[in-house]
Amino acid sequence: MSHSLLTRIWMFYRDGFREMTLGRTLWAIILIKLFIMFFILKLFFFPSFLSGKTTEEKQQYVGEELVERANP
Amino acid sequence: MFEHIDTSLIDWSRAQFALTAMYHWLFVPLTLGLAVIMGLMETFYVTTGKVFWKDTARFWMKLFGINFAVGVATGLILEFEFGTNWSNYSWFVGDIFGAPLAIEGILAFFMEATFIAVMFFGWNKVSKRFHLASTWLTGLGATISAWWILVANAWMQHPVGMAFNPETVRNEMVDFTAVALSPMAVAKFFHTVLSCWIVGAVFVVGVSCWYLLRNRQKEFALGSIKVGASVGLFAAVATAWTGDISGVQVAKLQPMKIAAAEGLYNGGNGMPFTIVGDLKVPKMLSILATHDIEGYVPGINNLLEGGYQLPDGTTALSAEEKIKRGQIAITALDAFRKAHKAGDETTASTARKTLDENVEYFGYGYIKDPSHLVPNVELTFWSFRIMVGLGGYFILFFIIVLIMSKKEKLAYMRWLQQAALWTIPLAYIGSQAGWVVAEVGRQPWAIQDMLPVGAAISKLQTGSVQLTFFIFLILFTVLLCAETGIMLKAIKKGPEETKNRK
Ligand code: HEM
Repeated sequence: MSHSLLTRIWMFYRDGFREMTLGRTLWAIILIKLFIMFFILKLFFFPSFLSGKTTEEKQQYVGEELVERANP
Repeated sequence: MFEHIDTSLIDWSRAQFALTAMYHWLFVPLTLGLAVIMGLMETFYVTTGKVFWKDTARFWMKLFGINFAVGVATGLILEFEFGTNWSNYSWFVGDIFGAPLAIEGILAFFMEATFIAVMFFGWNKVSKRFHLASTWLTGLGATISAWWILVANAWMQHPVGMAFNPETVRNEMVDFTAVALSPMAVAKFFHTVLSCWIVGAVFVVGVSCWYLLRNRQKEFALGSIKVGASVGLFAAVATAWTGDISGVQVAKLQPMKIAAAEGLYNGGNGMPFTIVGDLKVPKMLSILATHDIEGYVPGINNLLEGGYQLPDGTTALSAEEKIKRGQIAITALDAFRKAHKAGDETTASTARKTLDENVEYFGYGYIKDPSHLVPNVELTFWSFRIMVGLGGYFILFFIIVLIMSKKEKLAYMRWLQQAALWTIPLAYIGSQAGWVVAEVGRQPWAIQDMLPVGAAISKLQTGSVQLTFFIFLILFTVLLCAETGIMLKAIKKGPEETKNRK
């Protein structure tokens, strides 16, 4: 039963994708956009600023920054 | 403001965030608004059995799909920026939003992936009722996402339900309900979501009027207009009402924002509401801000000078006193951390006590001059007028459209059809103006009274922030052109009729 349900869900999506018209263009846009976002922007332009630090180092760093920036 | 931080870095970080947030917000309102309208249309189909409503709903679903596909995930860029450009902020608040946002992401993803698929692929494959439920659940999923994001935003405007832990330098959640159901969050949620319905409604009425102008698809256009304008009128009235509730919240919790939105320098009791220039409605500001005809509304100068009585009976501190207490809090944080590290727990606990006593003014310790506490008054003032003015216009607009459509005159009134078309950009302008009021009006705070933008940003090269600003400008503009192009093509093509009308 669960097998046939899974198969039916699979066929539902498969047929849906097959019968798409405008949807194809839209999927292309979604995929290109996600590619640009994750493989170009995130990777090369948006590294996490605190990455590479351990939790203690992050606490230390932000703690120091927050004190330092208040000093005249 | 910050000697250690170049002010142009602050400005560019803010500009970058504003650009991405505003572009993201070009896609969101239509998603939320169209979801309701197409849900209603499909409900008519299921309850009356008329295929006309099925075709009509399918057409608007197609436009929904285009807008959704182009807009989806544009909000993730804001998350990237939190990690890269606003790392102090992210660390400072991380614990509050980490878990809820993760749950939101997963929930929304699965809800949307399932129900959108049924909505688009499921015609003729699942039962009518299951399909209808999927359509509504798609909209509900998007609305739940909006709720989480607005809870996060409301928390920044009015931090509640958390405690600052100086050991970890983070705010930790102590009361989930206080965060999730803070009055600020509730007011914001309803005002924002209902105003998005206006955008959807104006879009449906405007596009339908384009068909009328072209003498095409008359039946479809008039049917769509009836649903669109009814949702629109309800939403426009409810938006004004919830906006009023928001106004009272803001007056109580962010009085500087209201003072800026009103261009009010010297406040008092029984204050008038300025429409523009010297055109004023007597007592109206007091009524709107405090729901009391003689209520006291502080102006910008009062807020800086302090000395007036607060609603709880205490006397307001001056900006200088708040700055002093903020500095005490930050010095205590430093002392606590040093003593704690050195194992001197006695000194640490004294410092912690001082910190706790002054922590509500923490962010003021970064402010070098009281004038830095005043947001851009011109921009806030005019954005507020644009939003509220358009709010009044939308109510009138939908009333006229509904009356004319009821009298069956709309199909011949070309001026009204033209006006409807031109109202589409106005809806977007109103919606963006709302965010300008909310976000420009709260400057300099990233988190109200806790962290100003200059302390919240990462110490990056200004040049690298400028570079990513322009990358986004190009990327989003391309997306917007794609959206507009595909959307116009679909509109020109028009709705498809079910051949075999059963
Ligand atoms: C008709 C009278 C209206 C009033 C009295 C009103 C009032 C307000 C107030 C006080 C805020 C600031 C809330 C905050 O900073 O937390 C706000 C924000 C906002 N408004 Fe309005 N508004 C009105 C109409 C509209 C209209 C017509 C739209 C859109 C079509 C709109 C969209 C927004 C949006 C998107 C925000 C930002 C989100 C938020 O903070 O709630 N508003 N409004």
